[in-house]
Amino acid sequence: MKLPTSITTLIAGILVTLISLWYGQNHGWMPEAASREAPLVDNLFNVMMTIATALFLLIQGALIISIIKFRQKPGDNTDGPPQEGDIGLEIVWTAIPVVIVMVLSIYSFEVYNEMGGLDPAASKDPGPQKTAVVPGTAMAATLPGQEKLALGVGVPPNLQGNNAIVNVDVLGLQYAWIFTYPDSGVVSGELHVPTGQNVKLNIVAQDVIHAVWIPQFRLKQDAIPGRDTQLRFKPEVAGTYPLICAELCGAYHGAMRTQVIVHTPEEYDEWLQSQIAAKEQGDGLTIAQIMADNDNRLARHTQDWNISPEAIAALQEMPHSLDSHHLQHL
Amino acid sequence: MQSSTADTAQNTLATASHTEAGHHGDHPDHRIFGLYMFLFAEAMIFLGLFAAYLTFRSVAQVWPPQGTPELELLLPTVNTVILVSSSFVMNRGNKAIRNNDVKGLRLWFAITAAMGLVFLFGQGYEYFTNEFGLTDNLFTSTFYVLTGFHGLHVTFGLGLILVVLGRSLKAGRYTSESHFGPEAAELYWHFVDIVWIVLFAILYLF
Amino acid sequence: MTSTSVEPKTSPPEPERHWKDFFGFSTDHKVIGIQYFVTSFFFYLVAGLMATSIRLELATPEPDFLGAENYNGVLTLHGTMMIFLWIVPTGAAFANYLIPLMIGAKDMAFPVLNGIAFWLVPPGGVLLLTSLVINQPPVAGWTSYPPLSLVSGEVGEMMWILSILLFGTSSILGGINFVTTIFKMRVKEMSLYDMPLFCWSMLATSLLILVSTPVLAGALILLSFDLIAGTAFFNPTGGGDPIVYQHMFWFYSHPAVYIMILPVFGLISDILPVHARKPIFGYKAIAYSSIAIAFLGNIVWAHHMFTSGTPGWLRVFFMAATMVIAVPTGIKVFSWVATVWGGKLRLNSAMLFAMGFVSMFLVGGLSGVMVASVPFDIHVHDTYFIVAHFHYVLFGGSVFGIFAGIYHWFPKMVGRMMNETWGKVHFVLTFIGFNLAFFPMHILGLQGMPRRVVQYDPSLTTLNQVCTVGSLILAVSTLPFLVNAAWSWFKGPVAGANPWNALTLEWQTSSPPIIENFEEEPVLWSGPYDYGVDRERDDEQSVSELLAEVKAQM
Ligand code: HEA
Ligand code: HEA
Ligand code: CUA
Ligand SMILES: [Cu+2]
Repeated sequence: MKLPTSITTLIAGILVTLISLWYGQNHGWMPEAASREAPLVDNLFNVMMTIATALFLLIQGALIISIIKFRQKPGDNTDGPPQEGDIGLEIVWTAIPVVIVMVLSIYSFEVYNEMGGLDPAASKDPGPQKTAVVPGTAMAATLPGQEKLALGVGVPPNLQGNNAIVNVDVLGLQYAWIFTYPDSGVVSGELHVPTGQNVKLNIVAQDVIHAVWIPQFRLKQDAIPGRDTQLRFKPEVAGTYPLICAELCGAYHGAMRTQVIVHTPEEYDEWLQSQIAAKEQGDGLTIAQIMADNDNRLARHTQDWNISPEAIAALQEMPHSLDSHHLQHL
Repeated sequence: MQSSTADTAQNTLATASHTEAGHHGDHPDHRIFGLYMFLFAEAMIFLGLFAAYLTFRSVAQVWPPQGTPELELLLPTVNTVILVSSSFVMNRGNKAIRNNDVKGLRLWFAITAAMGLVFLFGQGYEYFTNEFGLTDNLFTSTFYVLTGFHGLHVTFGLGLILVVLGRSLKAGRYTSESHFGPEAAELYWHFVDIVWIVLFAILYLF
Repeated sequence: MTSTSVEPKTSPPEPERHWKDFFGFSTDHKVIGIQYFVTSFFFYLVAGLMATSIRLELATPEPDFLGAENYNGVLTLHGTMMIFLWIVPTGAAFANYLIPLMIGAKDMAFPVLNGIAFWLVPPGGVLLLTSLVINQPPVAGWTSYPPLSLVSGEVGEMMWILSILLFGTSSILGGINFVTTIFKMRVKEMSLYDMPLFCWSMLATSLLILVSTPVLAGALILLSFDLIAGTAFFNPTGGGDPIVYQHMFWFYSHPAVYIMILPVFGLISDILPVHARKPIFGYKAIAYSSIAIAFLGNIVWAHHMFTSGTPGWLRVFFMAATMVIAVPTGIKVFSWVATVWGGKLRLNSAMLFAMGFVSMFLVGGLSGVMVASVPFDIHVHDTYFIVAHFHYVLFGGSVFGIFAGIYHWFPKMVGRMMNETWGKVHFVLTFIGFNLAFFPMHILGLQGMPRRVVQYDPSLTTLNQVCTVGSLILAVSTLPFLVNAAWSWFKGPVAGANPWNALTLEWQTSSPPIIENFEEEPVLWSGPYDYGVDRERDDEQSVSELLAEVKAQM
């Protein structure tokens, strides 16, 4: 059966379109989507996957067909046709990427805006602040009703004016995360948040750059020494997810991970109350305890990994007295 | 490109043999062209450093940081005048050699060298009398690194001038036809000069 | 491979090439080119060995092979050496070897400078290796962000800075030479539009080098002051700003990725037409797109900083600027496909690698456009998705292209053909190993694997092991190439002047070319890509016949 070229092209085009549309939705590469922001990113990614699949099939297809159809026939030592260009074709393949790129830019812009990336309070860089990093104090200084400037992902336009319900101060240091709840003074080594409420992480770093990454929320922001950054989001699905340090911060960068526990609001209140109670009785977690726990964890690892005792000693010497460390530079 | 290849070949061949005559000696001198590019790259280093300085400054709440002593202005201004005028002095040297006047070249270049030396001494004096050190704060650090890096370039330029002076002692080394050395030294000196003007403006004046 | 070349008439005794020339300071661009090739390939093997140990470490979720203490050193050196000692100098190798030949010059514009530029590279490499030997390697990644780089080992970090300054200087000197040579040394009849496209791409590359490399030097000068003199330019505890370093670093290192790919774009544009026996499709579009990429490449650097201290409006600006680069790059990709389409493809090793380049680079380019999108990059920044992206463009792009170039110009450089069978084995192993090693990394990154970690979530073990197997196949794939190259160098069939029947000038002189390249000033008797003009004649003969004809009339 010999079909005219135009028909084969048409069929190929339809096939490519269908496969791309299907694959763009069904690649299954993304982890669970557990925040308000995650589906926005996933939809964007699916669109990009669709376009990428189509371009991939088109170009690889052309290459494979060339290899099969246009390979040198045995004994034929002549040249191919002396075609040097085709203005029409060239205009088409300049214009199509221009359009794709414009659509992707605008769509990405929309998504980013809807995530809160262009919130004025989160998209201006106030520069290095040279403030002391003292967990629970410096960042709690935010006046009620007034958001402090901090880089990162902020409030989406439709929620402007709403203050976050849950505020958490996040401190990154080699090699642990410390979460302080400024409203209650509770300190934790894991992040606990309720579903369906606006959460704001105020992120700082003590020593080197770290980065908060919660893959299931599709959110990431560097923790930069000397600068305040923030992430605002709304957890949607209860569960336990990893919180990973995503910026190289030293030998144990890979070990710098903890958990986000997304509770239902009731569970969250329970947890918070129990922490406050423990704190009042004097057996709540303190920063020193979290660090000690963390060192034990690292030390345990280091034993498993046959690492020199000096290395562990060096780790133990790290400045854990948070209050004194950075104040000297004021 | 459908025309017969042999035809084009013959045409190009014809032009080739024509131009042959105008081409004497080895290949022509491209060193000035290369020097321009080198200076462009150098300018990019300074631009990078200036940009860093301006960024530090624009994001800082107070600039220069609290506690930085006032910069003395008189000496650097005099220094600036000396360096800038030395460029004009040097230019006369090159004009001289273009007229085959080696003596003039020597004279003007020697004066330029002296002026450059004065500049360096002035800079050194400033370093010694400044009330701040390299590591005091962000401003003082950038101050020393920028002026120091520039000073290094002045020193190198001075070296070039001295080399030219030394070579000019040999009769016939530089003529109105062949004077790459003085020309290159002059270009370099102008470059160092321009960088200084920008540096002076952003460090001392604004 | 019948190769009928015009045998050189015996003329006054030519100076002879001596093997010792290759081991000392030479000013001959061809010797320097070969010196670059051999040096950088050596470091490729070393850096590849490091990559292999990285993959062996990551075969299990626990840090049990290199260990947490050594991993970052190996990682940093792998990245640094692959970039500054393999891809960048190999670009310079091709440029050195080919530019004067392609434009009919006797040598580069500044031969001594050229020699100096080369000899800056080995000391830098030795410095990096020494840091490993004395067990003080730099450990802050090839990006070397402060404050980490300031607090994790002064010796190694200083050695890293010094070696990068050496490479940078070498690069700048090379760039000056290439631009001058291309502008000033062409045979008289050759206009810019008669140049082979490789020269255009080197023009663009050199301009990028001249604009961006010095800024990196500036950043490193400041960084070394912080490191050893106690200043605090990038150190927040002294009032400095680490973000300024990131801007300066990426102002160089983003253009650097185009410094690494543009020369290869040029190689591909010169290889495809020869083996497809068709003119390059859209010469001017390809030439101008190189310049466009060089220009755009300078204004997109902050796309590496989307989750860093970058204000929202800047993120959006750099997103849009970055995506635009897909347009000129797309023009190239489509033009290459159109060049191949309808040709008469000689599917030899050079051609296979060249087509492999187009298809693999495409994958890396598509993921590049994805990560340019701010909201998506917020998820995948600093994950294995990025690792996948840049190995697709760097290995699937640059390395594939370099191999294509080696197979294509090897006969010119050593005067002997490489073995085709082993070349194909090399290609197939590389292609399979490469995709196995790097494709799964996309998924790993999306699923939650950050980069630069020595241990990872055990749920990701299977995919990681696939990557490791792929990397082992890749390591093995190097062997057929090495054996083939070594054997062919001494024992391969003699190539003759123009084994591929190509039209660019480098094929008009003997293989390997004589010391000053051409017997007499070469004649530009055809455009670089005028294939298929005289199809009715027996093509094998026509090129050399024409040449003979032209010469006879002189
Ligand atoms: C050879 C090297 C090379 C090349 C050529 C590229 C090409 C591109 N890169 Fe890549 N990149 C790297 C090497 C390279 N990159 C490296 C090493 C890193 C990591 C550094 C580190 O952190 O260690 C990196 C990281 C990196 C990032 C940062 C990611 C992060 O850290 O979060 C981004 C973000 O925008 C990016 C984007 C791009 C884009 C848009 C291109 C474009 O140029 C690609 C253009 C090509 C195409 C798009 C394909 C062909 C086009 C078509 C067929 C037309 C139609 C297509 C469309 C309309 C989509 N790259
Ligand atoms: C051109 C650049 C280039 C090339 C070709 C490669 C090639 C390879 N790379 Fe590399 N890679 C980078 C540039 C490159 N890489 C960069 C810039 C980084 C980022 C660094 C950073 O984060 O700072 C990186 C990071 C990087 C990582 C991420 C590590 C991490 O984030 O934790 C991984 C992990 O798998 C990896 C793997 C590999 C592998 C398996 C190869 C394979 O293709 C290698 C194939 C192996 C060989 C070709 C060698 C085989 C030879 C032998 C075994 C014999 C040896 C003999 C002698 C020495 C005599 N690379
Ligand atoms: Cu903290 Cu990585
Ligand atoms: Cu980039």
